Amino acid sequence: MFDFLDSGQYDVLGAFWVTVQLTFYSAVGSLIWGTVLAGMRVSPVPLLRGFGTAYVNLVRNTPLTLLVIGCSLGLSQTLGINLGGETFKETGFRLAVLGLIAYTGTFVCEALRSGINTVPVGQAEAARALGLSFFQVLTLIVLPQAFRAVVAPLANVLIALTKNTTVAATIGVAEAALLMKEMLENEAQAVFAVFAVFALGFVLLTLPTGLLLGWVSKRVAVKR
Amino acid sequence: MSSVLYDTPGPKAKVRNWVYSGIFVVLFGLVLWWALSLMGEKGQLDADKWTPFVTDSQVWTTYLIPGLMETLKAGALAMAIALPLGALLGIGRLSDHAGVRAAVGAWVEFFRAIPVLMLMLFSSALYAPQLMDVPSDTRPFWAVVTGLVLYNSAVIAEIVRAGVLSLPKGQAEAAKAIGLRKGQTMAYVLLPQAVTAMLPALVSQLVVILKDTALGGALLGFAELLSMNRQIAANYSNTIATMFVIALIYIVVNFALTTLASWLEKRLRGSKKGTGAVVEGDVAEVDAGGAAGVGKAP
Repeated sequence: MFDFLDSGQYDVLGAFWVTVQLTFYSAVGSLIWGTVLAGMRVSPVPLLRGFGTAYVNLVRNTPLTLLVIGCSLGLSQTLGINLGGETFKETGFRLAVLGLIAYTGTFVCEALRSGINTVPVGQAEAARALGLSFFQVLTLIVLPQAFRAVVAPLANVLIALTKNTTVAATIGVAEAALLMKEMLENEAQAVFAVFAVFALGFVLLTLPTGLLLGWVSKRVAVKR
Repeated sequence: MSSVLYDTPGPKAKVRNWVYSGIFVVLFGLVLWWALSLMGEKGQLDADKWTPFVTDSQVWTTYLIPGLMETLKAGALAMAIALPLGALLGIGRLSDHAGVRAAVGAWVEFFRAIPVLMLMLFSSALYAPQLMDVPSDTRPFWAVVTGLVLYNSAVIAEIVRAGVLSLPKGQAEAAKAIGLRKGQTMAYVLLPQAVTAMLPALVSQLVVILKDTALGGALLGFAELLSMNRQIAANYSNTIATMFVIALIYIVVNFALTTLASWLEKRLRGSKKGTGAVVEGDVAEVDAGGAAGVGKAP
């Protein structure tokens, strides 16, 4: 039943390795971009607040598929922006990461913003009483506490991101979902076996992440 | 405008805010100018790329509106099937029988861990001629709906569970005290109250479903809104303009739903009727695999 795995025709581990890489680069990128967005959304400058709010509301309501395909068709094929990728494979990977960062950043931003709300008012007030500027209050006092409170929500965003990397299949990045599509077409007699292999792969990727970060979130939570 | 993080700006801070605003405008303007000039260079700003959406009604009647209808149809049908299924699964997870709890729990966790795209691909392969032989013209539609139902019923199960658990314990105890059976307690006392608490989260989930239908268009050949991009761009060679218009349609529809969700949430939190408990309708959390948080009235 599972003999398609031994045929050497399919590189299942290689495909999942691409999934892991997509997840890693997008996770780092969206954590940075999401923090910047959250900073904008709580900043004293009305224009920055407006931009942050508009960006989050626009991008969150757009399908990720549209963003990723837009990066490929619009940026790369029409405008010729290849992000320094030299081969088709390299360019596709980078474009997918760009789309994933643009999309996931909004969810990181919203999670952080809810985390900022859990920091007691007195913390920021005390910091301001000491004469710290907004930027200092945010980066030295509020965000460090907020990050500790949002480990669990961020873990959920990370798990969702892991699953969302499959969208990269729509622009031909050779990750797990694209290989699964190819195998389902070629191995029509083993549909359930193919599904089982890929389902197991994703359970193995997402379950430990959830358990580990769930444990971390309990460890680092600020006791109030 | 003041907040916890900063004081109401004085004269100095006001000047500083203007300076920051100025810097931002300049940077944003530069990026915009760069993007627009690049688009202009490639001829993407030419009027004939954009005017079809205003002058040629066929773009709307042949492509965009039928595409949007398919998207809404798949989303509505998936929601209609996933809702009762998810309610059953959610109640199953709260069952008194450990066996039922474990089995339903495993089912729910399994389908939440798998990307919805893989469930769609799997359903599509199941409906292929060799196995179930669904007619090829409706196969993409049913594959998309099946994938969405499998994934979202598991997510909704978690929302239902959180909704029921958000109710005060006294509700179930009172029902037991007046002699209701387990099924009656659930059907007459707990679920009706939980539904109001769940409403925002369910509306947010509908947004997630609508966005996910786009996957079917990209990989399964489902003729939904996003897939119309290829056909319109083939006629007018205006990929970027079409992408903008399609994105705008998605944003309008989803923004309306998101606004409805947050309006519902605010109303429920403020209302005197009911328990004031709300399963948070935060798209981020629900999108992230249904870890629906439970909020209590302040």
